[in-house]
Amino acid sequence: MAAKLILSMDGAVIKEYPLNKERMTIGRKPHNDIAIDNLAVSGEHAAIVTILNDSFLEDLDSTNGLEVNGTPTKKHFLQNNDVIGIGKYKLKYINDQVTQSTPADFEKTMVLRNPVKQAPPAASKPAEPSGFAQTQGNVNKPAAAPSADVTSKIEAIKPAAQGGAPSQVAVVQVLTGPNAGKELELTKNLTTLGKPGVQVAVLTRRPHGFFITHVEGASHPTVNGTQLSDQPHQLNDHDVIELAGVKMEFYYKG
Amino acid sequence: MKIDEALEIVSQTDSGMVRSHNEDSVACEPSCGLVVLADGMGGYNAGEVASGMAVSVVATEIKQRLLNESPTDIVEASGEELGVLLLRENIQKANSSIFHASQSQPQYAGMGTTIVSGLFYDNRVVAAHIGDSRMYRLRGDALETITRDHSLLQEQIDAGIISVEDARISKNKNLVTRAVGIDAEVEVEVHVHDVLVDDIYLLCSDGLNDMATDEDIQSTLVAFRSNLTLAAGQLIQLANDNGGRDNIAVILVKVKGKFAMPRGWLTKLIDYFKK
Repeated sequence: MAAKLILSMDGAVIKEYPLNKERMTIGRKPHNDIAIDNLAVSGEHAAIVTILNDSFLEDLDSTNGLEVNGTPTKKHFLQNNDVIGIGKYKLKYINDQVTQSTPADFEKTMVLRNPVKQAPPAASKPAEPSGFAQTQGNVNKPAAAPSADVTSKIEAIKPAAQGGAPSQVAVVQVLTGPNAGKELELTKNLTTLGKPGVQVAVLTRRPHGFFITHVEGASHPTVNGTQLSDQPHQLNDHDVIELAGVKMEFYYKG
Repeated sequence: MKIDEALEIVSQTDSGMVRSHNEDSVACEPSCGLVVLADGMGGYNAGEVASGMAVSVVATEIKQRLLNESPTDIVEASGEELGVLLLRENIQKANSSIFHASQSQPQYAGMGTTIVSGLFYDNRVVAAHIGDSRMYRLRGDALETITRDHSLLQEQIDAGIISVEDARISKNKNLVTRAVGIDAEVEVEVHVHDVLVDDIYLLCSDGLNDMATDEDIQSTLVAFRSNLTLAAGQLIQLANDNGGRDNIAVILVKVKGKFAMPRGWLTKLIDYFKK
């Protein structure tokens, strides 16, 4: 259930450590949760802070520093299979919760309750809500730590969304009018065609292809001579679109 | 302009690609400029019950009160405007209704819901929320979140434990720190924002913003801003194309004109004869 670290040297596994405390320290001195008796390791070398299913690695001003997957780092948000390097030692971070839960547990929104009733966390009082997106990285942090002391068992987890997109490059080439010959590569998920206020259509990229949708204007665009309805219409290779008197061709490159 | 002429309101919900039932609820009352969205949680169909109760309590109670009273009236007891007070009190009322239902009926034990609501009047919007359902504002081409999630992740972001970028890959999503109907009392977060003509307000459940990035939401709203119905459909499609793991609910409110409350005696008189 809990995430764990696997300590090894030269490929030989030495010990496994479950991350079952909110804060675990790594260092040479024996009082550390993960004690590594080696002179290359500082007395208190690093700490791992675990908040529910997320773990964060932090360098405690060690002499020889830390590496994660070969890159020196001071602070790191650990991901499954990350390898922490301390001198010759490796600590592999395993957090394969996604594969251990049943699908029914996924995505359920759950409530975290503060153990002390009616005690709102200090961090939930925004100073200026409309501008907070810009100030999130400031040093001006609330002193209170989040309410991580949760007693209930929580299995709500989610893998990152997989935004699949067709790998082929699609192009719209203008066939008539002053811009004839011009090509427009459809690299964005949404491309707007036409003139606002006159006639506008939007090309959307979806996992299974490109679609054209009429958005505004008295007349609807046509595809291969057929007028579009109000619904999105899937585009096929070499379809000819006519919009506001301009003809253009949609095709896949290469 | 009267409120129902000044605002264009569109709402749409979808159960997504994975879930079999929809626990999100929405209500729109164009006559008094009110929109409410809730994302329920709890076993079996309790989530639907909780979100349904929340939106219907808030929508019907506020609509009823505003038939004869003006949201700009100052309430003597607290010195607040009636609009602000109505939103806060009725969300608290929804909270106790849901809490009592979950206490008295075993099949509803533990049910709860998030809520986000906007009441538009006098060129302003009162935004009230609990949990991780959001209100966004598109002004010009810039999209901003004007509510702040009551979630573990947001608290971690505020405390500097995790960056906004890292938060997207966190495994601690969907953990709200405040919800309607879980405790006997709840604190409602309420803010008042000025509204400009051409603003578009988006209220959504986390089924949208967990599946689609803010950039994608922004470009969709910009591209489809002249056609709100298409924009709502497109946002739901965007979430479903990215996996659609949760129910998706969206409400879009576009400000087409100013809607200041009549103030002088002359405007009030003219207004009286217009009726």
